[in-house]
This record gives sequence, structure tokens and C-alpha cells, in this order.
Amino acid sequence: MRRDLDIISDLVNPGARVLDLGCGEGQLLAHLQANKNVNGYGLEIDADNITTCLSRGVNVIEQDLDQGLHNFPDDSFDMVVMTETLQTVRAPDRLLDEMLRIADQCVVTFPNFGHWRCRTYLLSRGMMPVADHLPHAWYDTPNIHLCTFLDFERLCRQKALTIIDRFVVDDRHISRPLANRFPNVFGHTAFYRLGRAGSAA
Amino acid sequence: MAQAQTNRSVGVVTPQVYHHGAPLHLSAGGRLASFDLVFETYGSLNENRSNAILICHALSGNHHAAGYHDQDDAKPGWWDSCVGPGKPIDTDRFFVVSLNNLGGCHGSTGPTSENPDTGKPYGPTFPTVTVQDWVRSQALLADHLGINRFAAVVGGSLGGMQAMQWAIDQPDRLHSAVLIACAARLTAQNIAFNEIARQAISSDPSFHGGDYSQLGENPELGLMLARMIGHVTYLSDDGMRQKFGRELQSGGFEPGHDVQFQVESYLHHQGRSFSQRFDANTYILMTRALDYFDPAREHEDDLARALSAANCKFCVVSFSTDWRFSTERSKEIVDALVSARKNVASAIIESQHGHDSFLLEIPRYFDVLRSYLDRIFEEVCGEA
Repeated sequence: MRRDLDIISDLVNPGARVLDLGCGEGQLLAHLQANKNVNGYGLEIDADNITTCLSRGVNVIEQDLDQGLHNFPDDSFDMVVMTETLQTVRAPDRLLDEMLRIADQCVVTFPNFGHWRCRTYLLSRGMMPVADHLPHAWYDTPNIHLCTFLDFERLCRQKALTIIDRFVVDDRHISRPLANRFPNVFGHTAFYRLGRAGSAA
Repeated sequence: MAQAQTNRSVGVVTPQVYHHGAPLHLSAGGRLASFDLVFETYGSLNENRSNAILICHALSGNHHAAGYHDQDDAKPGWWDSCVGPGKPIDTDRFFVVSLNNLGGCHGSTGPTSENPDTGKPYGPTFPTVTVQDWVRSQALLADHLGINRFAAVVGGSLGGMQAMQWAIDQPDRLHSAVLIACAARLTAQNIAFNEIARQAISSDPSFHGGDYSQLGENPELGLMLARMIGHVTYLSDDGMRQKFGRELQSGGFEPGHDVQFQVESYLHHQGRSFSQRFDANTYILMTRALDYFDPAREHEDDLARALSAANCKFCVVSFSTDWRFSTERSKEIVDALVSARKNVASAIIESQHGHDSFLLEIPRYFDVLRSYLDRIFEEVCGEA
């Protein structure tokens, strides 16, 4: 069992209606369907991923996040999840608004561009960081909106979104004291649970 | 039948006939004292009778979906690329049932059949049949075959509408519905094309109000025109450009000649051959069934409510250049199913072949069908 799926699974109520944006091969939804009895749907555009989802029996819907989520009514889900996808979309800020229109809570995970490895790579080599979790060159990367935890939290403040909780982990999805003390330097990935403006943290 | 074609083919098949001796009351008010359905089956039914797939045909389709009727047949059934051993609808695993719908002209009771009350062909007096009637008659055929629950009901275009109606009307009798290049209702534009086709037929002087067969005539010109307009709407602009371009039959313009461009020759050929194998009254009846289909109508146009009765999983497939049953129509179905909390998966297949794509062997399309149906087999038969 992948640890990141466990972390998200803990945030989802049993029987919830869950929308997974960029659901990939559908592991999270398969896990949530099996263990939490959720009514889950995943949006995906990659043909191979969609085929894998079909083989898994996951409710995968072919839909491009960059075309918007206007087909989903307000409050039509309990939770919208987006793992490792925020940095690939054209308008992450608008997508966050959409996620919190469709559900009153969402979970967002993304890689931290402020991680010390990225910082030292740029500082020492003077080039865009390439690492295990960011394997692409600058010109062909799908990660067009990389950000740090600080950047993201600033956006949340600007939008007055509520950060209900945040889990910072290392590259093996394990929580470490150093990463919790200095997340924006030692945190590899963060799991943010967000609520609408004015909702209780 | 060349040896290469028998590879992965269901081989020679023999159509069967199911006779229903009791009256069938139709949803539009008519009644059939009894009826016949002609059908074919491929593969074998397992002990639990859980591995059956029903194929519903589209406007001009019939029961002959796969294989050959005769060793010397030049062409296999209309969906042979998809149905057979090792194919997406895998007859090594599934027991496949394919029938000709009521009102058809390929052996099932229809306008060309004899009306027992008059001893003459029904012709234009054949009662109006709807997609709901087709589903009811298909369920009676399933009873006859001892199939209580289909693993999947599959159909493209008008066939997809039948699969959707199955999900609504017979919720406990199918595990999944596969809706391909489908719509929950026709658009005004789509109905308009059907009306042009019907007008082409009914304005043919040989039509005689539908009584042509008794006079030994056939409205061939009308049928040909109907098929030509239909055919254009089943293709895409790009697809036609690639297939025909502006190629000329003789290499140069020949003013005064009937057929100059290759696309004209193609349409003439398609139209003519169709007019010789299809019944005009059936064409009118089938297009009417298309036009009338609208399960949301009884639910204040709320498709999600119409689908709330369903109990099966859905797979919705559409094609990028299909403008007769566009991807938007499929998205409406998907949105309604999500809203109704039904299990649904969807795929939009890149293809330049327009609506006709659903009949073609397109690698990604077949991957999607195969993956979905393999999973269905696992679920209903409990093994991979």
C-alpha cells in the first residue's frame, strides 16, 4: 500500500462522494472504493492511464482539467482530491476555486520547489533542477506551475481559503522532524486539506 | 471465405428464430398478435448463465454481427472486427447474442412480414415501435435463451440508446451497459436529417404511401437519397477529404456527366446497394424510433432522474469527429450518471471517421472496450 494513499484515505469519510482530479492509474480511487466504500470518480486524459483505470474497475472519466469543471454542479461532492497535478494545470488558482465550489473540502498535494535539493541545484549549477520527482527538462516538462509551500500558502491567504491541515513528508512519504520544523526547506511533498473561505480550521 | 479471415472469426453461423406466440402491446398503443425475432449467438453460455452479452444494432444494422453465413460469403457480419475469439467482445469468454429488432427487414417481424389479420404484408400499417418496445422484446428473447442477467448490453448509436433503455427498464437484468457514439435524445439538427431522409423516401413516386410492395415496386431512388444524406452525416469533413479529396472519376471535368467526382460515385454506389437490401418502411420506422427516444422526457427533462432507476455500471465511448452523435451528447450522459451516483467510465476516442468510427477497428477504441469488458468478465465470472 502506498503511504501517500493512506494519508489521503485518512482524510476521507467513509461513504463520501469523491472526485479525483488527474486520477492517474486510479490507485487512490480503487483504494477508497475498497476500504472506504466511497462513490468516487476520477478525471484523466492520458489514454494508458484510462485503460488501466478501466481494468481496475475505477470510474474514470475522460476530461481535461484545463477545460474547466463547469459540468459539476456546486456542492455535488463531499471531497475533491488532486494529487501531484496542481503544478501541471494552466490555471491552478482558478482550479482551486472550482474545487471548493464543487465540494466544501479539498485535498491538494504537490512537490515543494523550495526543497533544499532544488535550491542547491539551482544555486550550484545555475540550471532548472532535474531530480527523481522532477525528471523533465524545462522545455518539455508537464510541470508548468511549480511552486514552494510558501507560494501555495500565500495564494491560499490571498483567496482567504482555510488550510484545515497540512502534512509534510519526505520523498518516501514519511513525516520527519526536520521537515516539520523547516517544511519549506526539508519538506518534499505536502498534503493540504483546504476549506472554503471562512470555514473553521 | 479466405483462410486469413477465418482467423479469429466465429466462423460460419446460422441465424435462429424466436417465435413469441403471445400478443405484445406496444408503448405507442399498437399491438402485435405475435412476433418473430431472428438472432445469432456466438460463443457458449457458461453454467451460471452469467457470461452473456447482448448486442443492440443501430439504424440499418441487423442480427448478423459476426462471422459468415456461408463459406463463400465475401463479407462477414457488420461488427466482425470487434466480435470473435480474442477480440474486444471475446467469444472465448462471452456468449454473445445479436438480433434483428422488431420492425426490421432481415427476418424479424416488420413491415415486410405478413399481417395475420389481413394476410397481406403490414407495409405502412406496421405499428409504431419504440426503443422501449425493442428492450421488452429483447428481454423476452433473453427469457427464451435462459439468460436472467446480461454481463453487458452493448450498442452503438441507436444501439446505445437500447442499452441505456435496458439500464432504465430492466435494472436487475444487466451488470453493465456500454453506450457507444450515443445520445440521450436527438438534437433538432439530428431529427432534421432523419426527416430529410424520410421525405426523400415518401416523395419517391414508387413509394405509394408505403404500399409499394403490393404494387411490385420499390422506392429505390428515395432510399438511395436517404442513404446518401445519412452517409455524409456519418463521416467527417476531414475523413471525406482524406478518402476522396477532389479526385475525379476520369481525371478531368466532364460537363454533362452524371458522376464526376469520386465522392459522388461512392455515394451513388452506397445508396444504390442500400436501396436494394433495405425496406423503405423499416427505414422510416427506425428513424422514428430514433427521434422519439428521450427517457428524460417523462422526468421533466432531467436525465439524471430518468437514469436513477438503473442498477448497472456504464461505459460511455464517443469519437472526436462524430458530429451526428457528438462527444457533447456523451458528456451529457456521463454528467447525468455522475449526478445519479451511478458507476460510469468514459473515453473520447480520437478518430477522423466521424460517427462511422464506432464500426471501425480503431486501436484505442478497442483497447477501451477490451479493458472494460475484461473487468466485467472478472466481476461476473470471478476470474481473470
